Amino acid sequence: MNNILVLPMVIPVLAGILLIFLRPYIKTQRWISLGVMIANIGISIYILNRIQSEGILRLDFGGWEPPFGILFVADSFSAILVLTTSIVTAVCLLYSFSSIGKAHENMFFYSFVNFLVAGVNGSFLTGDLFNLYVCFEIMLLASYVLIALGGKKIQLKESVKYVAINVLSSWFFLIGIAYLYGTVGTLNMAHLSERIAESGQTPILTVISILFLVVFSLKSGLLLYYWLPGSYSAPPTAVAALFGALLTKVGIYAMFRVFTLIFYHEPGITHTIIGVLAGLTLIGGSIGAIAYKDLRQIVSYNVVIAVGFILVGLAVLTPEAIEGSIYYLMHDMLVKGLLFLIAGTMITLTGMTNIDYMSGLIRNYPFLGWMFFIVMLSLTGIPPFSGFIGKVLVGQGTVDAGAYILLALAFLSSIFVLYSLLRVFLNCFWGETIISEEDEIPMKKGWLIPCVLLTLATIGLGLGAESVAIYVSDAANTLLNPNIYIDAVLHD
Amino acid sequence: MYKTNDLILRTTTSLIAFILLGFAIYLLLAGHNSPGGGFVGGLMTSGAVLLMYMSYGIEAVNKMLPINFVTLIPIGLAIAVATGAGSFLFDVPFMSQTFGYFTVPIFGEIELATAMLFDLGVYFTVVGVMITIILTIGNDQ
Repeated sequence: MNNILVLPMVIPVLAGILLIFLRPYIKTQRWISLGVMIANIGISIYILNRIQSEGILRLDFGGWEPPFGILFVADSFSAILVLTTSIVTAVCLLYSFSSIGKAHENMFFYSFVNFLVAGVNGSFLTGDLFNLYVCFEIMLLASYVLIALGGKKIQLKESVKYVAINVLSSWFFLIGIAYLYGTVGTLNMAHLSERIAESGQTPILTVISILFLVVFSLKSGLLLYYWLPGSYSAPPTAVAALFGALLTKVGIYAMFRVFTLIFYHEPGITHTIIGVLAGLTLIGGSIGAIAYKDLRQIVSYNVVIAVGFILVGLAVLTPEAIEGSIYYLMHDMLVKGLLFLIAGTMITLTGMTNIDYMSGLIRNYPFLGWMFFIVMLSLTGIPPFSGFIGKVLVGQGTVDAGAYILLALAFLSSIFVLYSLLRVFLNCFWGETIISEEDEIPMKKGWLIPCVLLTLATIGLGLGAESVAIYVSDAANTLLNPNIYIDAVLHD
Repeated sequence: MYKTNDLILRTTTSLIAFILLGFAIYLLLAGHNSPGGGFVGGLMTSGAVLLMYMSYGIEAVNKMLPINFVTLIPIGLAIAVATGAGSFLFDVPFMSQTFGYFTVPIFGEIELATAMLFDLGVYFTVVGVMITIILTIGNDQ
């Protein structure tokens, strides 16, 4: 019995409820939410290490045995993602302390961040398809509130689009679950996998798997990303950073889980489609990233490129590629958070969003400028930083699988990432300074420290890839051998 | 200005709202063995309160029911989560439930289950959410 597994979801929920009562006490709210995230970091590290020694952990809610009850399952993949989520959220909370403003903090901002994290952690840890749907909804409902909170015109406009597209995709998700339940008669992921393996993946199951592919593509922005750049540029910086770092990643996680654990019998159909979609996403994201002059759009399209890149790993499905995807997923959560924070800080400091109107920021804010430079290198995949190892492994995987088109697209996209961010760097940080000494908005410590923390995290993940390697290879091993997961859940 | 006289509406409301509230409690308690439960009980309760709002107006009902319905939401959630988290104390899996037979003076022996507490949390949350939505939209200032 491992009640600790449910803590990454229950602690944020309890904290969120508690913070509703503590509405007037903003300081207390801040420290409680930060404390929750730090506690989650500790818990997820503990879970991660226990998985290494004891294998996959599971918790049957209410003591009901797996096919009948719902359960939480923690393998290395989930635990790694829970850990990264907690780190990114803690940093985004630190940033929001000095940037989000009293009006937000009084309107239950921290409660909703806690609920968002509860939904994200629940999605990572659950072992039941319908429970995954519920956790998705918890996450999405909190994100609807966070995107609209503040009530500016652009936020309302974008939140209508965001809510509409997500309600539609959730409905598809529900339909898919209904079909699957009608066909196979179970919703426990391990049991589903076993039953599908017994009966063979019949055409109807492949159709259902493609329905799930559509759903998770909508959630994660795989080709169906048209809602993403607008929605992610509307909310305040700290919220946008949370969205950019977490929300699409949950869709990616669900896709990995579903297509490695449940629907892995027809890779010729499903994984080819994923490959095509990933390639198109890389192309579309690259075009978007260089097409716009709005800083927020550029940053949002970089999220799209990363989604395509990570799913290249799933499409080729070799051990190296999966490991690379997991590395890249961790890296991308950290660095996209950082990129959104830096971009938001730049917009706050200059009051503009168009990169043509910013210039010479490095003279006023040298530290910010060099951090942006590091982010750029890290996202491109330059060796000392965290993006490198993921890119190399995914590249190796594509070569092994002979997927040379995907290989070319994946690495060309790195050049587009570099170009789009270098353009921002050259336009905004270099050149004649346009902010005079007296107009200069002083850089707050509260804006700088979170960025520094994430920069250290990307350097740390890059240099310490070796020490993370055992967890990542265990995660990849579990993903590639669904029997390990099934045995841990059903037969022990 | 001509003031409408809604005597019939108000008289029937005081009767019907009473019955509705009683039926809501019945639904809440009956959920274990027959159709009902926290969700529908909560909806029925908010239906009764809504009927009172419609016939008596917001000020009068706020005086009758001095409850802050917004705080009912976190209270309900806290009860529901606490029932699940209570399992930490007894070293059983999360969300475990237990039951026992108790002899109560009037009803004799009855079965009490902790699932009831969870339902109570759901009930409070539903009542809070429904009435908050209705009042927020209706209270135009």
